[in-house]
Amino acid sequence: MPTPEDIKRRIEESIAGAQAEVEDYTGGGDHFRATVTASAFEGRSRIEQHRLVYEVFGGEIGGAIHALSLKTQTPAKIPTH
Amino acid sequence: MPTSQSNPIRDAISEAIEQHRVILFMKGTPEAPACGFSARTVAALQALDTPFAAVDVLPDPRIRQELSAISNWPTIPQLFAKGELIGGCDIVTEMYESGELAQALL
Repeated sequence: MPTPEDIKRRIEESIAGAQAEVEDYTGGGDHFRATVTASAFEGRSRIEQHRLVYEVFGGEIGGAIHALSLKTQTPAKIPTH
Repeated sequence: MPTSQSNPIRDAISEAIEQHRVILFMKGTPEAPACGFSARTVAALQALDTPFAAVDVLPDPRIRQELSAISNWPTIPQLFAKGELIGGCDIVTEMYESGELAQALL
């Protein structure tokens, strides 16, 4: 069963420059919530940003990883207000 | 790559996406969602008073399989408007909160 650290490491290794914060949403090891910040997201729609992250896990989404809830952002969009 | 293989389930899904302005593929029904993510997506649509068609993917695993093949999106729910994938629960919720969802469904 993947841990939040596994998920974080795999996202950061697969998407150049990505920073991920991952939590185990239910404590059960199969529902995760991730906030991913990456310059690779720039110029891409939300759908494309989420697809990039989902692609890291392929068929595991819906399988071993029942749910991966995502919030994606580009470094420039980190709120400064 | 042309394919002559008939795939009635895939054809039926594509047709449903084309024919309904707003269509939600979900687990369970709007009245009885079978998953928290589907429930949250239905709630956003209902909060906007948007009429939508709903398809329960649970009765046949092939629905989900073919839907994901069409949309290139791995999870359920999936919301489509005017033939385009809007997103899953996270995106729909984010867009609802920012007011973008109402725009996208116009």
